[in-house]
Amino acid sequence: MVPLSYYLVLSGILFACGVLGFLIKRNIITIFMSIELMLNGVNLSFVAFAAHWHALSGQVFVFFVMVVAAAEAAVGLAIIIAVYRTRETLNVDRVNLLKL
Amino acid sequence: MPHQNTKDISLSITTFIIISIIKSLAVVSVLLTAVAYSVWLERKVSARIQNRWGPTRVGPFGLLQPLADGAKFIFKEDLTQPHVYKPLYIAAPIIALVFAITSISVIPFGNWVTVGPWGTYLQITDVNIGLLVVLGITSMGVYGIALAGWSSNNKYSLLGGLRASAQMVSYEVSLGLSLVGVLIMAGSLSLRDIVDAQGGVFWGFIPRWNIFHGQTIAFFIYLISAYAETNRTPFDLPEAESELVAGYHTEYSAMKFAMFFMAEYANMVTVACLATLLFLGGWHGPIFGPPILQALMPVFWFCLKVFFFIFLYVWVRWTLPRFRYDQLMAFGWKVLLPLAVANVLVTALIVAWRA
Amino acid sequence: MFHLILFLFFGAICVAGAVNLLVQSHPINSALSLIAVMASLAAEYLLLGAEFVAAVQVIVYAGAIMVLFVITIMLLNAGKEERTKGSRVAIQIGVPGVLIGGVLVAWTLLHRSDMQSIPIGALRGDPRAIARLLFHQFLLPFEVTSVLILIAIMGAVVLASPPAVARGPRKDEG
Repeated sequence: MVPLSYYLVLSGILFACGVLGFLIKRNIITIFMSIELMLNGVNLSFVAFAAHWHALSGQVFVFFVMVVAAAEAAVGLAIIIAVYRTRETLNVDRVNLLKL
Repeated sequence: MPHQNTKDISLSITTFIIISIIKSLAVVSVLLTAVAYSVWLERKVSARIQNRWGPTRVGPFGLLQPLADGAKFIFKEDLTQPHVYKPLYIAAPIIALVFAITSISVIPFGNWVTVGPWGTYLQITDVNIGLLVVLGITSMGVYGIALAGWSSNNKYSLLGGLRASAQMVSYEVSLGLSLVGVLIMAGSLSLRDIVDAQGGVFWGFIPRWNIFHGQTIAFFIYLISAYAETNRTPFDLPEAESELVAGYHTEYSAMKFAMFFMAEYANMVTVACLATLLFLGGWHGPIFGPPILQALMPVFWFCLKVFFFIFLYVWVRWTLPRFRYDQLMAFGWKVLLPLAVANVLVTALIVAWRA
Repeated sequence: MFHLILFLFFGAICVAGAVNLLVQSHPINSALSLIAVMASLAAEYLLLGAEFVAAVQVIVYAGAIMVLFVITIMLLNAGKEERTKGSRVAIQIGVPGVLIGGVLVAWTLLHRSDMQSIPIGALRGDPRAIARLLFHQFLLPFEVTSVLILIAIMGAVVLASPPAVARGPRKDEG
């Protein structure tokens, strides 16, 4: 018997680590992975609340979050590859001028 | 319907744990022996196809050859190059082997057996989503190969690892879709339910296996996708000797190479088990004889069908030439995937029309 | 009691993986820690009874999306990160800020007295029930997400394909 707040605190920790990673990291792929971490934290919240309110819609919504995460990962990585082709770097601080 | 591991017998927690441990040990040891002897089978069958003898010296018919191979792998010098990325280099074969062996845990081998006051299903555990567990573990097995290719710090390994992972991920899609037809007909994801739905005969003698009951095309899609998933010829470009030195396991020697080897054959055995459960009716077959024989006959039929599958694997390997990589990927995405989707559509239409 | 131990065990793996993602400087190590986080999250979903969601989490997230990340890292030969002025400022401001915010939120959540306990395997999300919801109540989002994935596939293929080389005059046109 685990209180709901424990699940929410865990979800919050994951989300906070995702935000931290987004702010701190300079490699674009690691920034993307922090976004995925944030989405996972939110998924845990959804499933925990679904169990709390006995509403299966919470679990169904997790599917939609996963679908959006997959689509975003695919397009995002394609953009990264396209940027890498021209700029030859994965560091976001080096991609700060429109001029190549 | 959820299956409980106790039919009408109530077991205490300790008895349940002891029975589970015994089952796990038995299944893992049988799996490892099956892996070793599928290597023997491959060597013998390939030899006969190529009009030579194969292993004959170690034991009768070379049956102790796997023991000799195991001893060789243990005593061989385990080289670790200085230029590899050590943590992942050591972890990759372990990952590949662990995931290859774990997927056997939800596969049922037979029916209920009763030994004295205890009884159990011949399966380590029956989960409602058994088929998804196997698919998930197969998806995770890609990491062993990808990380092996990358951590070896060698262009051939990297290319082999990238190609192998891309190939496995592409064919996983048609693998999963080819199974959806079976799921629509059985109505459940539990492997035991799917096998139970294939019992009985129609027209008196044709068994109601899924391969005869409408899923023939799905069976062939599954077969081809399984060959690509386990990186076997005709889809073994990532590990072919003449192409990329040895692909992702170039830099591995002795025990670590043996682990990749065992992982590949364990994946073959798992895929063969899954094919018999989903398309060939699992453990169903004519049962006759005294009660002790009746309890063991289903397991015998199961093993016979799995053996047939592994034989088919070896036969295809030594008969067909391999695909080029772009032909391989084009085939997976442009031919198999539309066929699998069409199969799902037609099956769903027929099942909905009949209901 | 057993539920609490399992929750804490998998929760510890989640938090350790998330912190490891921040601490590691090579993106492949961050990717592997994220895979560990996703796998232990799948175990947490099982503890909440969401078996289908847990299976899909392993198959889709840990087994496909993260493979995409790992393949991209291998393909682009990503190396260790370098420290720049921007990242130092971000660490000095960001870490305390997020920590303070996180502690505030966690304290508020833990001190509410009306949060009930969730038993183990609380809401069994078996495939049949979820499918019923997906195809009746959530049919429109379901169809829209399939169009979304189609657009994402087309976009990814177009963006990642090598740039078209301009062709010169053909030889037979002299």
